[in-house]
Amino acid sequence: MKTYDKLIFELSKPGRKGYSLPKNGYGTNGLSAIPDTLLRETPADLPEVSELEVVRHFTNLSSKNFGVDTGFYPLGSCTMKYNPKINEEIAALPAFNNIHPLQDAETAQGSLELYWNLQKMLSNIAGLAEFTLNPYAGAHGELTGLMVMRQYHISRGDHKRTKVIVPNSAHGTNPASAMVAGLEVIEVKSKPNGSIDVEDLKPLLDDTIAGIMMTNPNTLGMFETEILDIAKLVHEAGGLLYYDGANLNPLLGKVRPGDMGFDIMHINLHKTFSTPHGGGGPGSGPVGVASHLVKYLPNPRVKKNVDGKFYVDFGEDSLGNISTFLGNFGVMMKAYAYILTLGKENIKNVGPLATLNANYIKESLKDDYLLPIEGVCKHEFVFDGLKDKSTGVTTLNVAKRLLDYGFHAPTIYFPLLFHESMMIEPTETESKDTLDEFIDVMHKVAKEARETPDEVINAPLTTIVRKLDETTAAKNPILNYKALKANKK
Amino acid sequence: MDMSTDVELYQLNNLMKSKLHLVKLNLIMSDKFMPHTESEIREMLNKIGVASIDELYGDVPEEVIYREEYDIPSAMSEIELRRHINDLGSKNKTLTIFAGGGAYDHYAPSTVAHLLSRSEFYTAYTPYQPEISQGTLQYIFEYQSMISELTGMEATNASMYDGATAAAEAMFMMVASAKKKNRILISSTVSDRVIRVVETYAKFHGVNLTLIPEKEGITDLEEISTELSKGDVAGVIVPTPNKYGIIEDFTGLADTIHSSKGALAIFADPSTLAVLRTPSEWGADIACGDGQSLGMPLAFGGPYLGYISCSKSMLRKMPGRVVGATTDADGKRAYVLTLQAREQHIRREKATSNICSNQSLMALYATIYMSLLGKEGLKEVNVLSCDGAHYLYHRLIESGKFSPAFDKPFLKEFVVKTELDMEKINSKLLENGIMGGILLGNGMVEFAVTEKRTKEEIDRLVNLIVEG
Repeated sequence: MKTYDKLIFELSKPGRKGYSLPKNGYGTNGLSAIPDTLLRETPADLPEVSELEVVRHFTNLSSKNFGVDTGFYPLGSCTMKYNPKINEEIAALPAFNNIHPLQDAETAQGSLELYWNLQKMLSNIAGLAEFTLNPYAGAHGELTGLMVMRQYHISRGDHKRTKVIVPNSAHGTNPASAMVAGLEVIEVKSKPNGSIDVEDLKPLLDDTIAGIMMTNPNTLGMFETEILDIAKLVHEAGGLLYYDGANLNPLLGKVRPGDMGFDIMHINLHKTFSTPHGGGGPGSGPVGVASHLVKYLPNPRVKKNVDGKFYVDFGEDSLGNISTFLGNFGVMMKAYAYILTLGKENIKNVGPLATLNANYIKESLKDDYLLPIEGVCKHEFVFDGLKDKSTGVTTLNVAKRLLDYGFHAPTIYFPLLFHESMMIEPTETESKDTLDEFIDVMHKVAKEARETPDEVINAPLTTIVRKLDETTAAKNPILNYKALKANKK
Repeated sequence: MDMSTDVELYQLNNLMKSKLHLVKLNLIMSDKFMPHTESEIREMLNKIGVASIDELYGDVPEEVIYREEYDIPSAMSEIELRRHINDLGSKNKTLTIFAGGGAYDHYAPSTVAHLLSRSEFYTAYTPYQPEISQGTLQYIFEYQSMISELTGMEATNASMYDGATAAAEAMFMMVASAKKKNRILISSTVSDRVIRVVETYAKFHGVNLTLIPEKEGITDLEEISTELSKGDVAGVIVPTPNKYGIIEDFTGLADTIHSSKGALAIFADPSTLAVLRTPSEWGADIACGDGQSLGMPLAFGGPYLGYISCSKSMLRKMPGRVVGATTDADGKRAYVLTLQAREQHIRREKATSNICSNQSLMALYATIYMSLLGKEGLKEVNVLSCDGAHYLYHRLIESGKFSPAFDKPFLKEFVVKTELDMEKINSKLLENGIMGGILLGNGMVEFAVTEKRTKEEIDRLVNLIVEG
């Protein structure tokens, strides 16, 4: 079905339909109750297609996609682990899916109990006091966490703490979240191994610092060995430590962020807890805090009464609301099912096996790819492109060539610490067989780069579409079907 | 563990033996999500050049290594998991819903869920590698096209988290466009749940937010003019339909706002835009709202999606992902994430939003829903909902126990006043499997009716209420 390239609008014929609705049993026409001046003048030009056409169209589109179920997806920092199937089924159960968010708590005890249980489990896994599950995504969690940080200082009358320290190796969302939360970003330099330079950090810690945002392991997959010193310094200066949970996976079973001194963190349920990425979302970014920050968590909150009943609460000291209702509940159900499936016996193996897989690839490929930092990594690591720099083959070329071989590309050109960054994260759900296939292909591409570089430079050669004209797309944006039709003329 | 039989004792002994063996080698057992065999682990450790997995954590300070067992239940088989989840589900009560308040019980054809379950869609990441993500990119392009049809606006992004955060982002867009003006007016007829989120974002980001009072259930437009005359207003947010279900008349509003160099954002229920006057027809610069009404499951509040559409002049201030059409090296039509120079991962601390994802799969949901319902179906959904709502409204008024709260046009949601003890009545309705109206205080009750409700259900509701 590689040739299919129709837009749904191009299948449309006036009079066709793909729905059935009940007959109007009221004997009236409601719209006549609305003055014409409040009705739209021209109809919305939605497609008119039959049910089978819709089914074929979207099935064909799905075949143009690559997902974790298609093949290995070593996208660094994204934790593309397997998405268990039973979780999808559970999240679609009518007993949960048909519950209105404003339903009386008495009639939603099952949903509330699940929600509350997940809050508790995450708190325990993170080593923190309490969690809110309201944030919709990792970046939304960051924003919420930074709001907690600010609310804490403001409520203590400490109004001059308006700066947050962010390592220059941080995920791009960190500084952007800080900006949206009204904080000024101060960059702290990294040492050559990507770790925070404690000597560079010290002079930054004054009474205008609200806190620091870190991830550990850092974006190079290296553990911040001086974390306890950093935590002590930041706390002594009156600041709080924020943990970016994007890199939590290798710590499952090994280290709890709260035990490292972090006061606030977010977890990406769509990374560490196996919920699907959905082509960009919906995710879920629960935020956990230490006990002295619990009262600032966003409203609404799910709590348990002494009589064992669950209820929705609105706290007075809360930073406010950051979501319409209680967050992406459907996503939470999947994470909950995942934790219960693994149980306390297996969940502790997640981090170690993710780390084992990453180190295995790293050691197997460092003869052909430039490893800028030696030593054990955690769940991911970064190559600075091909070792042989004479071929003219870039990281982008290698990434595109991998597509020809049926693998998703690693994260490329991030972190910004190297020119040719290639960030690889295999996750614990991949077998040694898959890793070996990937390693073979990576060696093959390195060989091609030396012997037949054009094949790599012109890649991809076998995908459904080839290299795209991104410049024209940005210069002359065509963002919908109407604009596309007009552009043709 | 109950060790009542010899067989179990034997199994336990074996298990202990193999566990001891593994502990000695610092290896671990595999489960169904972790495919490693013992010999593979050993080979991999050899390749790495370490003796144990623990050595891979040798750089972690001893004090922070977690040596306890997590306080979570033991591993469950699928059978046990199903049983546990079904037990929880039995503590919920599925109701016949006559409430809205931002989440509506619309119907989605069976086909939607079937297509959504294709794992090529849901197990993919953000389409960073367009050559192998044309499925995602094309449905987002179609989603953008359809939302633009509904709102009438030129550009739509790939979706936001929910309606409330979309409204907050609309506020930021208007501040960013205004240059040096930092005040936003928001009508108090926008849903309280949306206003609360906008307030939180405004408070932390430092936007000066003014709440415009309501007058007889609609935005006090004179108050907007008064505030605009102060010259510091970057933009105004008003709703359609509003939090009482009323369809407000915004004739002249956009001109007034534009003449004082401000922008207009309309928070609109996208489903209703199949029939109601569009944000574009009202002269808005931005349309935003919650996509839940496009057939999405209530799902206890999420996942839904937020949408943002805007006029061309606002395009480069729009947050989030955007997909554009282009061609590939062979001239073939294709789609790609575009205008990324606006985005947070490029701009970092200079960004005006921190969103770096979208509710992609929910955008697919909405796209399939809108494809099936199409031009006529979405209108029909509104006509049926509107008919049902008006039928219920008239029956309540005719009972003599309710009076109109506002005498204003509405579509699927409305407010009536009563002296009945509605708390008591709502409890009685729950016992009868019905979620009644939302109580707004002062004897005001808000009902919503969708195409899923029948005349019989409405008659039963009214009878239960009127009986007292």
